[in-house]
Amino acid sequence: MTTSMHGGNIAIVGASETERVGVLPDVSMIHLHTDAARRALADAGIDIREVDGVATAGPNVIELADQLGIRPRWVDGTMIGGCSFMALVRHASAAIAAGAANVVLITHGESGRSRVGVPGYAPAPTSIAGQFEHPYGALAPYSSFTTPVLAFMKERGFTREDLAEVVVAQRQWAIPNERAQRRAQIDVEGVLNAPPIAYPFTRDMCCVVTDGGGALVVTSAERARDLPSAGRAVYVLGSGEGTGSVIVSQMDDLDSFGPFRNGSREAFETAGVAHADIDHLMFYDAFAHLPLYMLEDTGFVGKGESAAFIKEGHTRPGGKLPMNTQGGGLSYTHSGMYGMFAIQEAVRQLRGEAVVQVPDVRLSFVQGVGFMFGAGGSLILSNQPA
Amino acid sequence: MTDGPVPRPTPETLPFWEGTAAGELRIQRCTPCDEFYFYPRPFCPKCLSSDVAWEKVSGNATLASYNINYRPGPAFSSQDPLVIALVELDEGPRMMTNIVGVPAEPEALPLGMRLTVGFQPRGDQFLPVFSPAEGA
Ligand SMILES: [Zn+2]
Repeated sequence: MTTSMHGGNIAIVGASETERVGVLPDVSMIHLHTDAARRALADAGIDIREVDGVATAGPNVIELADQLGIRPRWVDGTMIGGCSFMALVRHASAAIAAGAANVVLITHGESGRSRVGVPGYAPAPTSIAGQFEHPYGALAPYSSFTTPVLAFMKERGFTREDLAEVVVAQRQWAIPNERAQRRAQIDVEGVLNAPPIAYPFTRDMCCVVTDGGGALVVTSAERARDLPSAGRAVYVLGSGEGTGSVIVSQMDDLDSFGPFRNGSREAFETAGVAHADIDHLMFYDAFAHLPLYMLEDTGFVGKGESAAFIKEGHTRPGGKLPMNTQGGGLSYTHSGMYGMFAIQEAVRQLRGEAVVQVPDVRLSFVQGVGFMFGAGGSLILSNQPA
Repeated sequence: MTDGPVPRPTPETLPFWEGTAAGELRIQRCTPCDEFYFYPRPFCPKCLSSDVAWEKVSGNATLASYNINYRPGPAFSSQDPLVIALVELDEGPRMMTNIVGVPAEPEALPLGMRLTVGFQPRGDQFLPVFSPAEGA
């Protein structure tokens, strides 16, 4: 087949997280992938022998396919950090539309907390980051991803209370969700008084660190119609992706990120829908500043309006634009490359199967980020083909 | 503080690190564009010309943004807070650095503060770090 990769010709027919997320010292990284993969295939009601495309970010895609007994004719190991999975859905859609694959399995799994079966992490002192960022102590996301934020806040007139409001808003989604890591009610003062990590960030403004995974099965809308999961298919309407600088100090603007702006614009153009059509947002929130950048850069609010939008409650349960409805990386789970979990929650909402279900979700917008301000990936998903 | 991760130069970045060892901040400038750029590479990222030259810059900069890292981690023997800053050189490029010579407290770190470069030994290299300019 050769058709458009967008507009609902391609569908996510299987989606599942690992059976458990949280602290899983009894599972190796690769078997978080295989657990999620087997569950996603069962969810789709598709035989693994039909899978001819395999994609993942992080582990060797050869091992992933081999562990599952797959000998694929199409593979993709694109690694652009936590938004790799948005990009992989986009790449799989292109491959299926072009006839290069029929059924693609996309997996994620990270033993981010327990570090079981994980290769050692030794940053190369010859890398650009190893020479120009790590020596200053920017060795972890909390100490590098946060460096531009005071400039952003000054430019917008935002305060630390505005960062805390993001955490409080998202916690409201996590409180009823038994799979969420942080479920205690909290207020702005509580967030500000949490242990300091990297000023202006306290612990609660930083994501949880967990183990877990997820997987997606992607195929043509035509094939989706004949599967047991037909009524639960989620269609890819539009997408975008892009990269910025490999080190955060070199981002083009400290208060705005090009891949958010450009990737989201392409997603809307390819989907042929407008912002007002979107019912639900998943904004990759490794840290509390990201939903603020994303709300503005993807055009859901104007420049400088994001903090008030969140403070006014529009993204909370009952709000007009529910965001990060399982609690997000800040409260639900964050294994390292969170993007897969953002897509999983969008799929659940579109299927009407979320723990805290938003009524009448038809269109979900998903925005990922990767390698700090290194990359972005955008998806517009729907429970209707067009 | 002299311990912590040690940068290892590559052939393309070596002149930068030779500069810091000599007490100079050296940045590349593209001749056709007449603009400085950072990080080091053997050509201009705007026009791809290899007609580029290393130049000693003023070492004057402005504080653009920062965080105070309260958890430097096992790479550092001292767990005193580190001010990880983004500074804008007067010549144009932005770079990451540490702010030294002031308390690691927001009150001592107003954005827009004028800064001047200094050099701290780190392993067999010297790191460019910044402190408030005299009179700032
Ligand atoms: Zn040039």
